[in-house]
Amino acid sequence: MSRVAAETVEQVRSLGDRYKYGFVTDIESEQAPKGLNEDIVRFISAIKDEPEWLLEWRLEAFRHWQTMTEPNWAKLGIPMIDYQDAYYYSAPKQKEGPKSLDEVDPELLATYDKLGIPLREQEMLAGVAVDAVFDSVSVATTFKAKLEEHGVIFCPISEAVQNHPELVRKYLGSVVPYTDNFFATLNSAVFTDGSFVFVPKGVRCPMELSTYFRINAANTGQFERTLIIAEDSSYVSYLEGCTAPMRDEHQLHAAVVELVALDDAEIKYSTVQNWYPGDENGVGGIFNFVTKRGACIGARSKISWTQVETGSAITWKYPSCMLHGADSVGEFYSIAITNNYQQADTGTKMVHMGPRSRSRVISKGISAGRASNAYRGLVKMLPGAASARNYTQCDSLLIGSKCGAHTFPYIESQNRSARVEHEATTSKIDDDQLFYCRQRGIGEEEAVSLIVNGFCREVLQQLPMEFAVEAQKLVGISLEGSVG
Amino acid sequence: MLEIRDLHASVEGQAILNGVDLSVGPGEVHAVMGPNGSGKSTLSYVLSGREGYAVDRGEVLYDGRDLLELEPEERAAAGLFLAFQYPVEIPGVGTMTFLRTALNALRRGRGENELDAMQFLRVVRQKARALGIGDDMLKRALNVGFSGGEKKRNEMLQLAILEPRLAILDETDSGLDIDALKVVAEGVNALRSPDRAMLIITHYQRLLDHIVPDRVHVLAKGRILRSGGSELALELEEKGYGEIMGEAA
Repeated sequence: MSRVAAETVEQVRSLGDRYKYGFVTDIESEQAPKGLNEDIVRFISAIKDEPEWLLEWRLEAFRHWQTMTEPNWAKLGIPMIDYQDAYYYSAPKQKEGPKSLDEVDPELLATYDKLGIPLREQEMLAGVAVDAVFDSVSVATTFKAKLEEHGVIFCPISEAVQNHPELVRKYLGSVVPYTDNFFATLNSAVFTDGSFVFVPKGVRCPMELSTYFRINAANTGQFERTLIIAEDSSYVSYLEGCTAPMRDEHQLHAAVVELVALDDAEIKYSTVQNWYPGDENGVGGIFNFVTKRGACIGARSKISWTQVETGSAITWKYPSCMLHGADSVGEFYSIAITNNYQQADTGTKMVHMGPRSRSRVISKGISAGRASNAYRGLVKMLPGAASARNYTQCDSLLIGSKCGAHTFPYIESQNRSARVEHEATTSKIDDDQLFYCRQRGIGEEEAVSLIVNGFCREVLQQLPMEFAVEAQKLVGISLEGSVG
Repeated sequence: MLEIRDLHASVEGQAILNGVDLSVGPGEVHAVMGPNGSGKSTLSYVLSGREGYAVDRGEVLYDGRDLLELEPEERAAAGLFLAFQYPVEIPGVGTMTFLRTALNALRRGRGENELDAMQFLRVVRQKARALGIGDDMLKRALNVGFSGGEKKRNEMLQLAILEPRLAILDETDSGLDIDALKVVAEGVNALRSPDRAMLIITHYQRLLDHIVPDRVHVLAKGRILRSGGSELALELEEKGYGEIMGEAA
């Protein structure tokens, strides 16, 4: 770790721009007409050549959505969103779907190169397979053949609908039903693409799987849907990364992620979220309303969420674990950084149903500028959760005097043998620490980055090595200009 | 090398230094001694540029440059090092990471190549061994859970690695047992060289048994009341501060 940290700091220094992913790719795209109605839902389903049952499911979701109102309980100031003033489908124009990477538009490959995600397999990070989602469609998935040798399916969800309809039909909506919440219901109606992962019984997925989401088109919402199924005694580690161009208007991102872990299976899900946060005056930026939930169905199954949230104007997201199985384990490791006018209300839900189920929550919130950062976490022990345990630790770090940090823990226990522990701290970056670093020759911004990386260490350590470096860089970049 | 002229400084409006004059040449080791509350630590913080310490009058020249104009990190890059009386804990930041970040920041400042992990490891291991610091301590978070002695040895390690031209040691002997004191003193003595100056701030004479200074100054009530050779430290030990301060009054 020490080597990584020092290099990171050097890399941070070398990056001039605050948000270097803010460029726009000039590519012709195909869009659905603006607005949202049943015809748009039918359009999306038709363009993807979906079976009837899926169209019906979307339509039910859409009808249900029309009866719902946006949630307003979060500690967020959300401007009115006009759902009719956005495009719900945008795809880079290609004659046919690319059969191999050679057929992918070079402009797109160049875009991913620029983002640091080379898609040509010979240039890939060793041992990482990538699915690249550009606006509403998946443009490339690498290492498919190698994964297939092990029986692992890793493909765009639109492709899984065609090739593995029985799996999709069985599990889609099984963890997050289409009635779940305003944004998840909207996603169910209009989701366009996303990743699908299936790891069969007894298989340890031989490489890291990763999806890279990119919003490019203007006024376009991104609604991806990810579904990961780990059969008995299997293991998979999955990572998603996200960026978007700098635009003055807000853009909506409402994703749904469902994870299913059967007996003795383990899913490790990591996120490095760096959607455009808006400028230093709070103009523009992504509204990130995401529903992520994993079901530990099987005995001794384990789901671990790790997230590094540095982007978006607004983040509303609570990756959760439904601990059905006996001795199942849920984990949530989170770093949420807000600067300038960013707002985040994020946390987790750990719902214990199985006996001796265990959960662990480590949350690190960092707030700078005029930003607001809230941790909201639910720990629920249902009657079946005999001898279940939870440990929650949430630490907040404030930089400057105009930002805010809030902690909202909800604890509900219906089983007397269950144990719940919650610890919370709030601190400021200490002048003594800053002076000590500066006396040793470390400039103020580099010192803040160093101290904050130290504060986040427990969480950063959970990330796969390849992405830990990226995440540490982000921590530094997100806080540029926050001191002095 | 260091010229302090008529230095007046205050903290939160309270005058602490009332006209300090001090001149340290290259290769020299000076000791500044004084009772509690005499302004010793204030002097070290003013020289290193800590916020909250206001200079009301006077000047400080370092190699002929106005030292007081520089930011703390610029002073460090110019070769000024302060060994802290109370080294600061930084949770989650490994000692090695911190040392390497600091060294490379200084090297960048001097236009030198940064050291990669392997080169750095070699430098650090060799210097750590001389101070009786094991790998275990280097792996721990900076100063977190360190004993008083470990913290002070860690300061000496940083001194050895960063190789400053002017080292200020603020009460480095406090909290050390006699064995640790010897280790620290040997470390400091090993760094004495014709182009490196040191300012040793201490309350007690005992450190000066092991690091023999060229000059000794008595600081009290914010001024240097007496200066002399190393024998002045022994006189102080014998007579106490009261007599010296009484003489000067």
